[in-house]
Amino acid sequence: MTGLSDLSIEAAGTGLRDGSFTSVELLAAVVRRAAITEAHHHAYLTIDRDGARLAAERADGELADGTDRGHLHGIPIALKDNMCTKGLETTASSQMLAGYEPPYDGTAVARLRAAGAVIVGKTNLDEFAMGSSTENSAYGPTRNPWDTDTVPGGSSGGSAAAVAVGSALGAYGSDTGGSIRQPAALSGVVGVKPTYGLVSRYGLIAFASSLDQIGPIARSVGDAAVLLEAVAGWDIHDATSYRGDVPAISEGLADGVDGVRIGVVTELMAEGIHDEVRSGTQEMIEQLSAAGAVVTEVSLPATEFALSAYYLIAPAECSANLARFDGVRYGLRVDGDTTEEMMQRSRAAGFGPEVTRRILLGTYALSAGYYDAFYGQAQKVRTLMRQDFEAAYKDVDVLVSPTSPTTAFPIGERTDDPLAMYYADVCTIPCNLSGDPAMSVPISLDTAGLPIGFQVMAPALGEEMMFRVGAAVERIADFDARPALASDEVVSA
Amino acid sequence: MTWEAVIGLETHVELQTASKMFCGCPVDFGDEPNTAVCPVCLGLPGALPVPNEQAIEGILSIGAALNCTLTESSLFYRKNYFYPDLPKNYQISQYTFPLCLGGHLDVDIDGTVTRIGITRVHMEEDTGKSTHVGRSGRIQSADHTLLDFNRSGVPLVEIVTEPDIRSADEARVYGTELQRIVRALGVSDARLEEGSMRFDSNVSIRPSGSTELGTRTEVKNVNSLRSLHRAITFEIERQIEVVESGGTVDQETRHWNEDLGTTTSMRNKEESEDYRYFQEPDLLPLHIDVSWQERVRAALPVLPAELRNRYRQAGADARTAEILVDGEGLGPLFEEAAVLGADPRAVGIWLTGEVISFTRTAETAVTTTPLTAAHLVELSEMTADGRLSATAAKEVLTAVLEGEGAPGEIADARDLIQVSDVGAIETEVDAVIAEHLDAFEKLRAGDPKTLGFLTGQVMRATGGKADPRVVQELLRRKAGG
Repeated sequence: MTGLSDLSIEAAGTGLRDGSFTSVELLAAVVRRAAITEAHHHAYLTIDRDGARLAAERADGELADGTDRGHLHGIPIALKDNMCTKGLETTASSQMLAGYEPPYDGTAVARLRAAGAVIVGKTNLDEFAMGSSTENSAYGPTRNPWDTDTVPGGSSGGSAAAVAVGSALGAYGSDTGGSIRQPAALSGVVGVKPTYGLVSRYGLIAFASSLDQIGPIARSVGDAAVLLEAVAGWDIHDATSYRGDVPAISEGLADGVDGVRIGVVTELMAEGIHDEVRSGTQEMIEQLSAAGAVVTEVSLPATEFALSAYYLIAPAECSANLARFDGVRYGLRVDGDTTEEMMQRSRAAGFGPEVTRRILLGTYALSAGYYDAFYGQAQKVRTLMRQDFEAAYKDVDVLVSPTSPTTAFPIGERTDDPLAMYYADVCTIPCNLSGDPAMSVPISLDTAGLPIGFQVMAPALGEEMMFRVGAAVERIADFDARPALASDEVVSA
Repeated sequence: MTWEAVIGLETHVELQTASKMFCGCPVDFGDEPNTAVCPVCLGLPGALPVPNEQAIEGILSIGAALNCTLTESSLFYRKNYFYPDLPKNYQISQYTFPLCLGGHLDVDIDGTVTRIGITRVHMEEDTGKSTHVGRSGRIQSADHTLLDFNRSGVPLVEIVTEPDIRSADEARVYGTELQRIVRALGVSDARLEEGSMRFDSNVSIRPSGSTELGTRTEVKNVNSLRSLHRAITFEIERQIEVVESGGTVDQETRHWNEDLGTTTSMRNKEESEDYRYFQEPDLLPLHIDVSWQERVRAALPVLPAELRNRYRQAGADARTAEILVDGEGLGPLFEEAAVLGADPRAVGIWLTGEVISFTRTAETAVTTTPLTAAHLVELSEMTADGRLSATAAKEVLTAVLEGEGAPGEIADARDLIQVSDVGAIETEVDAVIAEHLDAFEKLRAGDPKTLGFLTGQVMRATGGKADPRVVQELLRRKAGG
């Protein structure tokens, strides 16, 4: 199965510039692929055929005129449906925002348009990015292309699935507790959570503001670097965005790991990590060592409490962030006899069970008399987590671990067991708490044929080293498996 | 038993910055509803706040003027509550670590100075405006509610006092002085009627001499300094009546009703909200380094209290000094005239009399009239040397304000110059004596009433232009007194 929609961003860019094909043709290939795969996977909530076609035509015109906007010019990409796109429905997979068309583009979206990217559409997610399986979508789950009886991970499961099957050349997601890296791992693609503040959050529908970060999902580390570079950098609209220079993300991709100090996080190779995942990860670590990396074991004791702290901090912030959905100004409204009743009914009807659960949890955690025991305590754990990382990075350049404790799990398996679902984020949450960057690179398949992701973590703004190690992992793994798409049509698409 | 009132005030001041607290929308109250809005101040999904440096400067100047400590590190918090005109259903405010802490404001009531402690001054954002359409204008019985978000996100400063205020009078004087300061700083027009300055009062009573605090009520919805005074007076009396008739004061929020002159219960403590404050994750801590603090303090204008002192030292009495501070442009004119040698008492009387009544009628400030300090000096000299009577001086002053020219020109043109030439007046005096010998004889015999009569006759004969002091002096001398 190879077609235009399976090209790397770099190869597609070359093809567009040497006249092998046009952006319109490239888009057509992607849309044809989606027409086949969507029925099986449901990666997209909205495909913007008209908007994408206009963008592709414009890109073709500009490239023909010699106006070159760079790597993403004319490249079809997908956006998670919690990124606001002007005039294009943005639902965050919630009934609350059915039909909602934002009056503005978020900063990342605006930068992508300015870079000439072709936005194919908006991808499915767990409602308001709350979940680890993309099952909590008001518009139905996304299925894992490697096995449609399993989940693609979440919450950016739609973006991961789209990239995996070629219904986009690259995509963006958001990562609050692992929502880019974990679906990337489960779907066999590369996913990056950049340093907090490196990509503007303006226009990203907030889940937990101190943790949310936009990042790329791609089929290769190189593509991920290009996608990240297009959106990274200070934004006047986001007071938490980083004002300094963007790290040289793609400069060291070929440099290898000789002499690089790699720490293996003890706590994330212990019990609770599925055997095949652990052995796959272990094997990669040995290969890195063989390639010249200096490998040591590093303990991050606060990891034990990270999950609990996260599930207080994130719900607390979400309880305030989602308060604005009240039926007054936009979104779903269910009438009532009083304003208060209208708000209550609208919120009860608009939010799904997991979102409701987290709002209640967060409201409780912030309540008078409970604040210190819950939210206050969680913030202390967060400080400890940061200190653990700071101490670790005095001795190592990067830390590594599995991205997810398991490979893709069956649809429905954990929907009634929130704690089991929350555990899916155990390896990814520590970096959200610390604000540090981390990425997932696919390394192999387990015996069920499901992808295993390898996580590389780095200190804040250490993207250059992180991508360098990620690229080395990619070369060593030489992971070229693709999900087997049943239909012959796919091959021809 | 006698009772003592214990009062603390929370004052909200809207800052008149170029743009709102967390977005670029203009701060402008004249616009059509919902035109000065954007994704940020409408609370649209994905929008983020960015703090306005001009507003931070504004609150720091208020804090500095109130003798507060300007904190080096300050945090924003989210204050969570649901209300239709609060678009995010949380207000970005401050909680622990406000920008300004621990100051004071001295208020002077008839020469007695009381120090009112300032607990804190913090920064927040205003809400939108609800207009409840229906019978009472209150949300409970409204048919529907109109929402205007032009005000949403306007920078709002909250100034909280210690419970140091002991009477409605002190509260009013504090309010008036705070208003003067805010206006002097140029950060807000501080108009209570328009809501750019708002007072909430925490009122309790206790037996005189007690040091414990009684249960307090919070009184909202006063929209003038006069109604602040009325509301507090009412609330103190109400609480005394409740306690004296054997009841207890409930901790509650009460609504001041201007028309009825009463407060009524809005909500009690059981219904009071848990705001679930937590640090605003969309904003970084604010760092106000020492050099910024010093810059703010150095840039402070001369404050009303100091101005009043200066005017008093220049010769104004207490009441005049206060009026000079409050009337736009009056103080500088006074000071300049005094420095140039005018009689400060006379200038004070003119500025607080004719000039204020002229500017009020004309609805303008003295700075837009032709009146200068030099005019006041000239007028002062003409009065002092007897060329102008007090009455004529006022007429001339009004004419100056109306643009007729300088005092000397006007006095000449209107033929108002008094005759102080003793020789000329003496001729007239002699003529009057000759005509009224009876009266003159009575004066010689020591009847003081005739002095006034004869003076009047001379004044009439000279068309009012003779200096009455000279006339009387001559009459006395001729009567041998």
